[in-house]
Amino acid sequence: MYDIQGYIEAESVSDAVALLASNPRLKIIAGGTDVLIKLRHGQMEGAELLSIRKIKELERIEQLADGTIVIGALATFAQIFHEPIIHNNIPALAEAAVSMGGPQIRNVATIGGNICNGATSADSASTLFALDARLRLRSSAGERVVPVQEFYLGPGKVDLKPDEMLSEFLISPAGFRGFGGHYIKFAMRKAMDIATLGVSVMCKISGDVFREVKIGLGVAGPTPLRCVEAEEFAKGKAIYAETLAGIGRLAVKSTNARTSWRASREYREHLVEELTQRALHVAIVRAGGAEIG
Amino acid sequence: MAKKISFTLNGKAVNFEVDVRESLLDVLRYRLGYTGVKKGCGVGECGACTVLVDGMTVDSCIYLAVWADGREIRTIEGIAQDGELSVVQQAFVEEGAVQCGFCTPGLVLTTTALLESGREYTREELKRELSGHFCRCTGYKNILKAAEKSLEAGKRQCEE
Repeated sequence: MYDIQGYIEAESVSDAVALLASNPRLKIIAGGTDVLIKLRHGQMEGAELLSIRKIKELERIEQLADGTIVIGALATFAQIFHEPIIHNNIPALAEAAVSMGGPQIRNVATIGGNICNGATSADSASTLFALDARLRLRSSAGERVVPVQEFYLGPGKVDLKPDEMLSEFLISPAGFRGFGGHYIKFAMRKAMDIATLGVSVMCKISGDVFREVKIGLGVAGPTPLRCVEAEEFAKGKAIYAETLAGIGRLAVKSTNARTSWRASREYREHLVEELTQRALHVAIVRAGGAEIG
Repeated sequence: MAKKISFTLNGKAVNFEVDVRESLLDVLRYRLGYTGVKKGCGVGECGACTVLVDGMTVDSCIYLAVWADGREIRTIEGIAQDGELSVVQQAFVEEGAVQCGFCTPGLVLTTTALLESGREYTREELKRELSGHFCRCTGYKNILKAAEKSLEAGKRQCEE
């Protein structure tokens, strides 16, 4: 049996935040694919769980009149992968969603849990970074909206106060409209594996020059990150192989990869340089550009 | 921390008192005797404990029993009807997709869910959809063949 000391089911967001305010020890559980495994491995003990599984409004994925895409914290990876709004506007996020775990895990694991878990390897994180996604955090005192880049504080640490919960992700049209994007997960297996490196790029082009490039990386540092230097360099540059090579080299400068049993720091840096370029090749075509020979 | 839950198990209504600390696997296998639900890794990696929850594949080892409340659960025990193998089971037999059998209940249930989805799958998509199951004896070739055969047979049945 799991080492669970208490279990409460919240009926609504207001119910959930009131319960969180009354007991800061409560740990939120949604899909359970991280929380239950931590309990199984003894990384979490005597958990007092607050389930948010019944809060239907947090499952929705919708596009507002102004173009903003809203993804509820409880949207599962399977749901994101099959959702036309995601496919039509931000296919890189669909690619990220289907790369995570296996089918049974994707049926229950939620995007909110993936991000609140704070792992640099979270498959959805690098794409949410590249999309400039914002997080809506609710508490009994009100709410605040935080850019995903500021939400990650360190390995396994996110800017979520004990009385707060994540309710939605907000992706503004400025973050995706006119962009072509692509996500590459590099792992030892094609399924059921944790990323050795995750690369998500978005690019906007006009004619044969880059107007804007955004690069989000996972497992290239203690938290997911953006490659600001490479992005600045790309602006206004002509789209040809040498520019891509330069972007790849500069992307490495933003990283702080470590050596783990999965891969060495040097190997991860090599992957950053190479996969950033490969992802851009696809993103350029999706943005309406020509294939680079 | 007992909690009374009601759910449908292979078509039959069940009222049962579960502990909130129990997984659905614990309840199905050890308390209700549905031993077709295999316990493998216990952390959602091997797929041996797969069951269908409202028609959707779930690793029952990392699914709390209380979450089954109000839902329709299907295990391998509910797949054959009146002693007749289902289309999927028949395809697994014919393709020799079963060796030790430990991964088979989960794979049959996943293939059943794919069949019931009514979607068509390419070979690559099928591999992806079967990727949440570990088989440690036959390799995956015959399993993939059995899944393809199941979907073809299911399609023919629909057309008839």
